Amino acid sequence: MAIIEIEGLAKSYRIYQKQEGLLAAVRGLFHRSYRDVQALRGIDLSVESGEFVAFLGPNGAGKTTTLKLLSGVITPTSGTARVMGHLPWRRENAYRRRFALVMGQKNQLWWDLPAQESFRLHQQIYCIEPAEFDRRRDELVDLLGVQTLLRQPVRELSLGERMKMELIAALLHSPEVLFLDEPTIGLDVIAQHNIQSFLRHYQQVRKMTVLLTSHYMKDVAALCRRVVIIAHGRIIYDGSLSGIVDRFSGHKIITLIFPGNTVPHGLGQFGEVLEEQGPKVKLRVDRGGIAQALSAILDRHTIEDVSVEDPPLEEVIAEAFSIAAEDLSDGAPEDDVPSPLAGQG
Amino acid sequence: MADFHSSMHGSAAALPRRNPLHTWWTILRISIEERLIYRGDFALGTLMRFLPLLTQIFLWAAIYQAVHPRETIAGYSYHEMVAYYLLTQISRAFSSMPNLASQIALQIRNGEIKKYLIQPVDLIGFMFLMRVAHKLVYYVVAFAPFALVFFLCRDFFSGWPDATTMAAYLASLVMAFLIGYFLEATLGLVGFWFLEVSSLLFIYMLFTFFFSGHMFPLDMLEELGGPWATIVRVIPLQYLAYFPAAVFLGKIQGADLAWGLAMQLFWVLFFIGLCRLTYYLGVRRYSGYGG
Repeated sequence: MAIIEIEGLAKSYRIYQKQEGLLAAVRGLFHRSYRDVQALRGIDLSVESGEFVAFLGPNGAGKTTTLKLLSGVITPTSGTARVMGHLPWRRENAYRRRFALVMGQKNQLWWDLPAQESFRLHQQIYCIEPAEFDRRRDELVDLLGVQTLLRQPVRELSLGERMKMELIAALLHSPEVLFLDEPTIGLDVIAQHNIQSFLRHYQQVRKMTVLLTSHYMKDVAALCRRVVIIAHGRIIYDGSLSGIVDRFSGHKIITLIFPGNTVPHGLGQFGEVLEEQGPKVKLRVDRGGIAQALSAILDRHTIEDVSVEDPPLEEVIAEAFSIAAEDLSDGAPEDDVPSPLAGQG
Repeated sequence: MADFHSSMHGSAAALPRRNPLHTWWTILRISIEERLIYRGDFALGTLMRFLPLLTQIFLWAAIYQAVHPRETIAGYSYHEMVAYYLLTQISRAFSSMPNLASQIALQIRNGEIKKYLIQPVDLIGFMFLMRVAHKLVYYVVAFAPFALVFFLCRDFFSGWPDATTMAAYLASLVMAFLIGYFLEATLGLVGFWFLEVSSLLFIYMLFTFFFSGHMFPLDMLEELGGPWATIVRVIPLQYLAYFPAAVFLGKIQGADLAWGLAMQLFWVLFFIGLCRLTYYLGVRRYSGYGG
């Protein structure tokens, strides 16, 4: 049986619309206009125990809303979800002891105290046996290499170090389900890498079920076999990372290098010229026409080197988002124009 | 590297055993540690609170000089008035909750409240223990200066009250703390609806200033006649400052004392209930509409 089951989950918010200016602010005292924003438009999803699933989507797509719903912080407008058999927004202690939520942009540790004090508190809150607590803490501290930082007030830790402490705090009670909301946001490449390898290792050994939202494709590529793309509150893709390209990109990129420093004319007839620099040309060609285009080019021109590649994943996903936006343009107006992932990673 | 497998899902299988005393003690201990970090600010703030005491004593001296040193005002002699004023400082040390409401409202506004929604912990109980810790640290720091002030002003008092009065006094102080906490926590939880509660707090502080007896005995308002007497008697603010001080001075005795304590207990229960209800409705609203 699936550990997480989501059926027709929808969530809309009423958001106060404030007009610009003082007069409008005064008017707002008496008459407020609200707008319904549909953060989730009914999603269905089923996650098996031990899966590591990534949620991709532009800002405002509904990723975080989904995690908030599953962790019981908010209640859905319609639809339902069950996590380990619990209705999350009932917030039963029995449920709250079995999952953890880590938010990259929120701090859950005591700011002025060393992280180990927060860990101690978690031991009490989550009723962890002392011996068990010591063992788990030492193991996590060891894995993340933060032994020397335990006595340092959290406010004096770097962002990366703090994130590691957040993870330890979240994992002390051995959650069966872990929700990670952009755990590597704002971290440098090394810190990102450290957190990724820790998560990969820990998840594999523990067989935890993890739902991750991230803007960094590297996180996703390193960690998740299954990717769910959410755009405008709907799931538009659910499958493997490599499958995204097949599904959303009708193109491949042909890179040609010509002898000497000159580029022949007339390449535009084979596909869209993306880049033309020195002896190198990049062409975007329809998938179906690759063989034909290649043989025609080889026929007419002398070529030093050639390669055929899938377009970068970021671009494909950005494309997927804009397709979703077009599909939706006949529906309710949205002000969240999809921002391509490429710009954020 | 440690062995992972041995404890897979260990906590989920075993039924969690929680020793509430242990949990409370941990929360209390950690809160105390946190309070002690800003010891400089804390000590300074505590000491500075004693300055207005002097000016207030001089003010009453001047007032009684003007009327007549032997006269009483609203049944209070000059000595009793100063003693009353000093005692309200103790009442306030129990019932005032600096920053409690604004902090709760801030946590609602910036989303930190989520922490309490996802963890198996009760927000109101948690904050209560934090506040107890806050107060304990305050008493430790403030004990010496308080003792000094009362020693220097010992002539204003006519001796210690009897054991019954003393017990009633201590009970009223503890209940003053409880009313103060649950009332201000409720005000903070209004943040679920209004986000910004500073104006509400200002109004509350204004009312407290007049109707808690913080600045002058409420008997004075009663002497004004009109609606004042009724207002003072009906609203619960008198239990935050006036009531404990008046009990200590023996102004309230016998059946009145029993009735007063009963009423104070009623208000404690009332505000516990109100706080719980506000929290329940607030979280429902938050999770229904908020982000």
